[in-house]
Amino acid sequence: MTVQDAIKQAPNEPFSFSEENVAEARRLIAKYPEGRQQSAVMGLLYLAQKQNNGWLSQPALEHIAQFLGMPVIRVAEVATFYTMYNLQPMGRHHVQVCTNLSCWLRGSDEIMDACRDALGIEIGGTTEDGGFTLSEVECLCACVNAPIVQIDDDFYEDLTPESIRTILAELRAGRAPKTGSHIGRTSSEPVGGLTTLTTTGTGPNGGPGRGDA
Amino acid sequence: MLRDQDRIFTNIYGFADGGLKGAQSRGDWDDTKALVARGRDAIVDEVRKSGLRGRGGAGFVTGLKWSFMPKEAGTRPHYLVVNADEGEPGTCKDREILRHEPHKLIEGSLLAAVAMAAHTCYVYIRGEFLREAEALQRAIDEAYEAGLLGKNAAGSGWDFDMYIHRGAGAYICGEETALLESIEGKKGQPRLKPPFPANVGLWGCPTTVNNVETIAVVPAILRRGGDWFAGLGRPKNTGTKLFNISGHVNQPCTVEEEMGIPLKELIEKHAGGVHGGWNNLLAVIPGGASVPLIPKSVCETVRMDFDSLQQAKSGLGTAGLMVMDKSTDIVRAIARLSRFYKHESCGQCTPCREGSGWMWRMMERLTVGRASFEEIDLLEQVTKQVEGHTICAFGDAAAWPIQGLLRHFRPEIERRVREHQGARPLAAA
Repeated sequence: MTVQDAIKQAPNEPFSFSEENVAEARRLIAKYPEGRQQSAVMGLLYLAQKQNNGWLSQPALEHIAQFLGMPVIRVAEVATFYTMYNLQPMGRHHVQVCTNLSCWLRGSDEIMDACRDALGIEIGGTTEDGGFTLSEVECLCACVNAPIVQIDDDFYEDLTPESIRTILAELRAGRAPKTGSHIGRTSSEPVGGLTTLTTTGTGPNGGPGRGDA
Repeated sequence: MLRDQDRIFTNIYGFADGGLKGAQSRGDWDDTKALVARGRDAIVDEVRKSGLRGRGGAGFVTGLKWSFMPKEAGTRPHYLVVNADEGEPGTCKDREILRHEPHKLIEGSLLAAVAMAAHTCYVYIRGEFLREAEALQRAIDEAYEAGLLGKNAAGSGWDFDMYIHRGAGAYICGEETALLESIEGKKGQPRLKPPFPANVGLWGCPTTVNNVETIAVVPAILRRGGDWFAGLGRPKNTGTKLFNISGHVNQPCTVEEEMGIPLKELIEKHAGGVHGGWNNLLAVIPGGASVPLIPKSVCETVRMDFDSLQQAKSGLGTAGLMVMDKSTDIVRAIARLSRFYKHESCGQCTPCREGSGWMWRMMERLTVGRASFEEIDLLEQVTKQVEGHTICAFGDAAAWPIQGLLRHFRPEIERRVREHQGARPLAAA
């Protein structure tokens, strides 16, 4: 199915920004010089997508075009070029499994299998209750914390098939799972203990460093 | 090994407060006014003296790049654009700066802006990095509140505004002119050069695009001096560098080390060694997906810097190392990267649009050996027809991983073809 078909087949309910989002849209436009409001199109697409349950309908694209005074086709061009804009209805949670090389080397195939199995859907599918959509994504750039899954706005890192199952179960139960590393790392430090930044006075100009904290 | 005193990113892991107070306790924003007061030429000279080369992958000399901006600001405003569209597979360094050291980036942006007579900066952050964008925005807000940004930034007399522009999932927007198109609210398709951004950039105005890490090390260079930075590493490959070590190592991590550190030392000292020991190493992709892999024999001695890796027919790229042990299906690994390039090609130039898909399909066949020997040569030819025949470097990036595979692992591919053809399997090459 082409992108155009997808847009045509999607539901077509009317769309306009909420009062709150109109204010936010104006704030976004103000970041750019006068007459360059087209620059805000990406930000406005995000706003519309959020307001519209995670996807962009044709009326939403038309509303943005009108809001920014640009042709609808230019808005559609942007919406179809960037992968983070969804042009079809989505589940409440968007589960995005990275399968690029760093994640693959550390078992992303098994993570993907666990997601498929736990959700009962294939890549691109949405669960019947509308709870989850499953996607395969390219490198999320948290490679030293591989394997990684992004769910909605958060990264879940250092995963195993067991930990991603637990995360999905928590979301299903309406709870907020722990984000970040699932093997107890703060961020990207070596798991076996620090190999750098262990002495005092490591700040610029000999200021306080990690060891002084 | 680099001494802790010479490390720039002392909060790279986020153990301490990344906010303004914490940053100031680590020396950020310490008399920034005096650094600005040195003036445009002095800042550019100091950065030139440091030998700093761009940390986004291409390794162009930063001070030289800055000097391309028009000497006098005319009727067109100048822009600084920070490239935080981190997307190169294997790379996750800018993410740590954005969320744990945002004030180094903000202060560096102010200093870089002075060096190119810009009053406005846009930071282009990949869409997936929402939390990172939030962290940087918090830091920007703090800086405005403290008078470090805005009118008379940091009391320097220089007006400077900083805004975040979020991307939305397109690898190609890491290419500087595609990034500019994207900020202008268009599809991210690279522009023909010349004209270069320093003359015709964002909205047709003089613009310089720099990587996050490049900008974030500038305050340290100005405070400690270009000579200090140039004294680290090796000639033409100076300073410190953030390395990301991922894949088959015992302790994958991000670490700041001296440029030119031997690859083996980097993996053994900081990443806990290769799974199953050094002798279990098969190959390393040393600088993000776009650079050719190097086999274990090269890894034994090669140093992690621009020139050493170029001599080894690879590249430092973004310094994101992907380590593969002997359990790796190396052909499938490179085929996965080929799929990435097919997925991310912006579709503007025919050799790349058609070639990336063709190369991926061919790689998928070679993974199972379903090809003829002639087709291996054909694949190599096609990579050369894509390489150098496109508007941007994406075509090269799609071709190089395959060229690296053919250079070092051709016997393995031939073995698969032979096996698939049903001939007598030979001993593993």
